[in-house]
Amino acid sequence: MSIARAERLPARPWAARFVKPEALTGYGLISPAVFLMLVLLAYPFVLAVSISLTDRVLGEPGKFVWLENFLKLLQDSLFRQTVWNSFVYTLSTVFLKMVLGIVLALLLNQEMPYRNLVRGALLLPWIVPTSLSVLTWLWMFDSLFSVVNYILLGLGLISKKIPWLGDPFWAMVSVVIVNTWRGLPFFAVSFLAGLMTIPRELYEAAETDGARAPRQFWHITLPLLQPVIAVVVLFSTIWTFADFQIVYILTHGGPINATQIFATMAYDVALVAGRIGEGSAISLFLFPALLVVIILLLRYLRRE
Amino acid sequence: MSRKRFRIVRRIFGLYLPLAAFLFFALFPFYWMLISSFKGNPELYNLQANRLWITHPTLEQFQELFARTAVLQWLWNSFFVSFLTSMISMTFGIMAGYALARLRFPGAQAFGLATFVTYLVPTTLIFIPLASVVQALGLSNSIWSLVVTYPTFLVPFCTWMLIAYFKSIPRDMEECAMIDGCGRIGAMVRIVLPMAIPGVVFSGMFSFTLSWNEFVYALTFISTTTHKTMSVAVPTELIRGDAYFWGELMAASLVGSVPVALLYSFFMDYFVSGLTAGALKG
Repeated sequence: MSIARAERLPARPWAARFVKPEALTGYGLISPAVFLMLVLLAYPFVLAVSISLTDRVLGEPGKFVWLENFLKLLQDSLFRQTVWNSFVYTLSTVFLKMVLGIVLALLLNQEMPYRNLVRGALLLPWIVPTSLSVLTWLWMFDSLFSVVNYILLGLGLISKKIPWLGDPFWAMVSVVIVNTWRGLPFFAVSFLAGLMTIPRELYEAAETDGARAPRQFWHITLPLLQPVIAVVVLFSTIWTFADFQIVYILTHGGPINATQIFATMAYDVALVAGRIGEGSAISLFLFPALLVVIILLLRYLRRE
Repeated sequence: MSRKRFRIVRRIFGLYLPLAAFLFFALFPFYWMLISSFKGNPELYNLQANRLWITHPTLEQFQELFARTAVLQWLWNSFFVSFLTSMISMTFGIMAGYALARLRFPGAQAFGLATFVTYLVPTTLIFIPLASVVQALGLSNSIWSLVVTYPTFLVPFCTWMLIAYFKSIPRDMEECAMIDGCGRIGAMVRIVLPMAIPGVVFSGMFSFTLSWNEFVYALTFISTTTHKTMSVAVPTELIRGDAYFWGELMAASLVGSVPVALLYSFFMDYFVSGLTAGALKG
């Protein structure tokens, strides 16, 4: 009935498209989400750009300085180290999560007793509040009481204690381990979902043709899993690049900035030291990475 | 006979041993959290004892925690914020998800794209200016700052999740309902929503977990002890200067982890199926 009424409207064609009942319902339904995105996402983003172009400090509005913050940062050795650390952190954890995630998904895809219980247990690191589980890792890496060292020494795998969080190299290793621990379940479950869509007949056909397990993996599993791998890796790349809490709680960027990454440095500069303009500029360096990921994802999903 | 033995050996080395290694890696921190919180301080800091076991289990750490800190308040704050934000996000997500899955209107595609992009925006990209927005709204240092800001990442997630669920429901049913005199909204609430319950439950629970675990915004917007949520209060309020009370910290971490772990264990089937469905559609 309402459709018939809309057709009788003597409006101009393009305007009629917007006032059709279906369109009006649509706009009504999306309006809360749109409002939220505009006020609490788009506006803060514009604000971030405008603050980053000023020398604002806590309590003072500051004045317009064009791109000075960005140019200063690019020459700052601490910031350069932060860029380097962020890349090391992101590339190594995403690589580890990808490889281990494929292995774990292949294991979980097999028949076994208590399969659901095992799957559930393996998801736990991803469910539990990261800040609280990372506290446990902080305690496990304690310089004096480290249980990780206790176990490794007991098994005879190392001969003296590893200074997990006290040494620049080992501190990076620590945050990489913890990030991998936390993110692996997401990778494994997503890959598992991908594996379950691969038709069994393909493997049966390969079997009759005499292809062994390794060849089946390279020629069937991996190519068919590739779309899921690409999407998961891209998602994880941007989230790891912008990660905050693991580093903040475990090392606070230290020792001597060996694990300082974008978000922790932005937090220190803007909210601890109070140089809000400069801190905003550091945060905005995440934007190009986000843009690249978005473009790649959209191109990828469109092709699928 | 030897063929059977070979299969058993292959299963042990190809499945059980590697799986046991993964399980150990995933679960040991929780085991360590658990036993640390039931040890008294003398045992906790005794390097000579067997550190992987408890000889004198005690509730001391929990008694200390509940007597000396505002942990009940923090738990309540976490619960309040998570419950409210997941309800808000689910409602907005259902509305927007349904619109994108079923209705045709100019700009729908652009809105879908915007939702997807927002879902990817990391909170650390905008937390500094968002602090000034929160201040301008008169919400700084109040848990309402979290109620207002968490939906920014939860609504896109719920919307995205629910589009897929709504699309999987056949159109015929609601068209029949609409012919029978139901309006568009009536058909959505009475026909489509009940059929999408698994997706709704999953997105609601997941939103709850995401809010409960959120850290950056809660750390930035709130500084008063009694207004903090669990995930921020434990690492900031229980560590004073250089003094780490590990027993108490582990007890608090356990208390803060159990609610989401419980929620998750009750609804595990929803969780795993929702997650795998999301991964497939994402």
